[in-house]
Amino acid sequence: MAGIVSYGSYIPYRRLKRSAIAQVLGVAAVKGERAVASFDEDSVSMAVEALRDALRGAPGPSVQALVFATTTPPYAEKLNAAIVGAAAQLPAEIRAADSTGSSRAGISALLAAADAVTAGAERAAVAMADCRLAAPEARAEQTNGDGAAAFILGARDVIAEIEASASVTREFLDTWRGPGERFPHTWEERFALTQAYTPMLTGVIRNLMAKAKIAASDLARIVIDAPNPRAVDEVVRALKLDPARLADPLAATVGQTGAAHAGVMLTAALPAAKPGDRILVAGAGEGADALLLRVTPAAAHFRPRHSVGGMIESKGEVSYANYLKWREILPTEPPRRPDPDRPAAPPMLRSERWKFGLVGSRCVACGTPQLPPQRVCVKCRTRDQMEPYPFADRSARIATFAFDRLAYSLNPPTINVVIDFQGGGRFLCEMTDCEPERIAIGEEVEMTFRRLFTADGVHNYFWKARPRRQERP
Amino acid sequence: MASNGIKDRVAIIGMGCTRFGEHWDKSVDDLLIDAAYEAYESAGIAPEDVDAYWLGTMGSFSGLTLSTPLKIPYRPVTRVENFCATGSESLRQACYAVASGAYDVAMAIGVEKLKDSGYSGLVVGQAPNDGTLGNITPPASFSLLAPAYFKKYGLDPEKGKDVISRIAWKNHRNGARNPKAQFQKEVPLESIKNSPKVADPLGIMDCSGVSDGSAAAIVVRAEDALKYRKDPIYIKALSFIAGPGEGPMSPEYDFTTFPEVVASAKDAYAQAGIKNPRQEISMAEVHDCFTPTELVLYEDMGFSPRGTAWRDVMDGFFDLEGKLPVNPDGGLKSFGHPIGASGLRMMYEMWLQLRGEAGPRQIDNPKLGMTHNLGGAPGRCVSFVSVVGRSLG
Repeated sequence: MAGIVSYGSYIPYRRLKRSAIAQVLGVAAVKGERAVASFDEDSVSMAVEALRDALRGAPGPSVQALVFATTTPPYAEKLNAAIVGAAAQLPAEIRAADSTGSSRAGISALLAAADAVTAGAERAAVAMADCRLAAPEARAEQTNGDGAAAFILGARDVIAEIEASASVTREFLDTWRGPGERFPHTWEERFALTQAYTPMLTGVIRNLMAKAKIAASDLARIVIDAPNPRAVDEVVRALKLDPARLADPLAATVGQTGAAHAGVMLTAALPAAKPGDRILVAGAGEGADALLLRVTPAAAHFRPRHSVGGMIESKGEVSYANYLKWREILPTEPPRRPDPDRPAAPPMLRSERWKFGLVGSRCVACGTPQLPPQRVCVKCRTRDQMEPYPFADRSARIATFAFDRLAYSLNPPTINVVIDFQGGGRFLCEMTDCEPERIAIGEEVEMTFRRLFTADGVHNYFWKARPRRQERP
Repeated sequence: MASNGIKDRVAIIGMGCTRFGEHWDKSVDDLLIDAAYEAYESAGIAPEDVDAYWLGTMGSFSGLTLSTPLKIPYRPVTRVENFCATGSESLRQACYAVASGAYDVAMAIGVEKLKDSGYSGLVVGQAPNDGTLGNITPPASFSLLAPAYFKKYGLDPEKGKDVISRIAWKNHRNGARNPKAQFQKEVPLESIKNSPKVADPLGIMDCSGVSDGSAAAIVVRAEDALKYRKDPIYIKALSFIAGPGEGPMSPEYDFTTFPEVVASAKDAYAQAGIKNPRQEISMAEVHDCFTPTELVLYEDMGFSPRGTAWRDVMDGFFDLEGKLPVNPDGGLKSFGHPIGASGLRMMYEMWLQLRGEAGPRQIDNPKLGMTHNLGGAPGRCVSFVSVVGRSLG
């Protein structure tokens, strides 16, 4: 039976205090803070972070299908999943698709990946991420959050079996955004709450429990994500679910992460699950999807490198002004520097493994790792005796650094670091998610996949260093 | 590696140099015409006496950049580019051309017009690429030297800042005595130290001047030189080294040296027969693109033992009145840095100093001068070193 083999998650480093928004705009503040993708992140880069973490926990057979779910794909036309797959160094021989359009896209993608496994794929991956915008003064500007989750599905070595699933799809109007629009429109919220989210979630969960022949008391953990969180209370009341078993909606710490949210909540809940536990997962959009997981004994030994809890604690603030600049909601004076050129297609294809996967080379003759990949060894000058050598998961230390106040950045100063990798290899790259005063020679860093800039509509993805993030709380 | 040199085989018989700075009223054509005609007049020759030209520039392309405004009558004009060492490279090519006997009279001329771009700092275009080449500006890439040098030699950041500020102070003091410099004003140490940060610890006053300008030299074989004038200067050494770019790839590189400079200085000293540069060199123009560069160069060129250049800086060893004046004309810092022209501007100061024409900044009886020109960044650069003298032998 198909199930979850591994999972990973990602909460970006920056937090925006909701009171800071309220103070500037003179609106009421929602409690807590929200996670904010940095100026160099988007749904693709965050999905890569979560997927890399999930893949680390799933050695063995390679993935044969990938679904990337988001309501904020960086490209409207061009397969975003292909970028995610290249950065995560998935093999080329996979089926890949983007799943988008609805906050329910993440759970729908998870079910599609499970179907791929049921149909014979050894492993299938789903990566879900969102980086949603809302207009200043919209309540969603405060309640949204940015984040990602990823799951590797398979038929063997599963830590949570999918026992049953149920879906419903209805056409109704609550949240919509046309091509070219930055901010979504929403209908008056009582309508969707009473006529859509509450009845559809109630119906789909009731249907699921009937299929699986279980009662509310059999559910150890309940993960329900609804665009309007009040629908969750209504569903709990209608189905007589135990509110104490509801998973943390992460509202005060992260915010609602769109298509990723049910997945993010699930990855936050899974570490505490015990073998035999049943977990209900449901998400709503134009309809609802629900699935029932049963935790296996293998889960007792499984821990991803990064936990949601750990990433919630590993954070730094962003001001509302910077948030507005990062999202280009607030236009700013352009720098007196030329705009960057778009990266060129042929060189990108030639260096796909380097650019997207941070795969360098190692000289077979002398053993020296080097990046970018070389043909003539930097150490022994031997020609064409190189093997691929991945650097993305290796830690490194700062050898020296530079603050660049002349280079254009949405978060000046640009910090450049020269880093030496554990096991060999040196690289000069940008540093992100860091506080300038804490940069020092000898500090440990790790690599992260980022969007450096966008030129002529081409998003230029590459790797940066960041301070090593806390692994577990 | 054989590097035989052309000691005493080529002489410079005339030079020209425009003032460097913001030439809002002059085009590349104007600057080239001004520098070239000053050089013709300095050598006492007519334009048609020059057999071949080497034009150094980053921003303009092909020999037509020079032949068109000067109306050069169907002669060879080669455009050369080698980053910020472009001007020196054009001189090197012209010298080899006359030394080989292929031509009798050659001109090396460099030009750059940086102020027309509307951008801050230097802008270098890149060939179409995969978007992984990084986003580091020149001040930031040279600022990598500062924390590494300070840490290696035990200078706390304040002391380190004092040292690099004093280098800028010295160069401005020299430039204040030069009517062709971009900035002809002494700058108090405190203003240098407190100038707005560009790439910590570098402030704007640690950076060379972005400017427009042109400089030119006319070279002939040494045996012909006295036909043109009684006081030519002679090429003792020309060395040019391009590194394999190991710095950004090898953990062994520690950002306190330019191996390319060490190699080119060693080569040049061998060509010129110099054993102890600290004592034998009368003066030097070095590539002070940013103040930490000049600090590290002192050690790479053997002016100061490793780890001690900062003491020599503080002791005034490289001041105009010091034992080994460096950048007597103000350097890139105060004279300005129009890329293609800079290497020839350095040589222009040697031309003036060796012939006693440097006015208020004249060094007492110099015999051997040296120019050093660098392009690229720490760990991956090209380096040029020349030695010139006022007499043969």
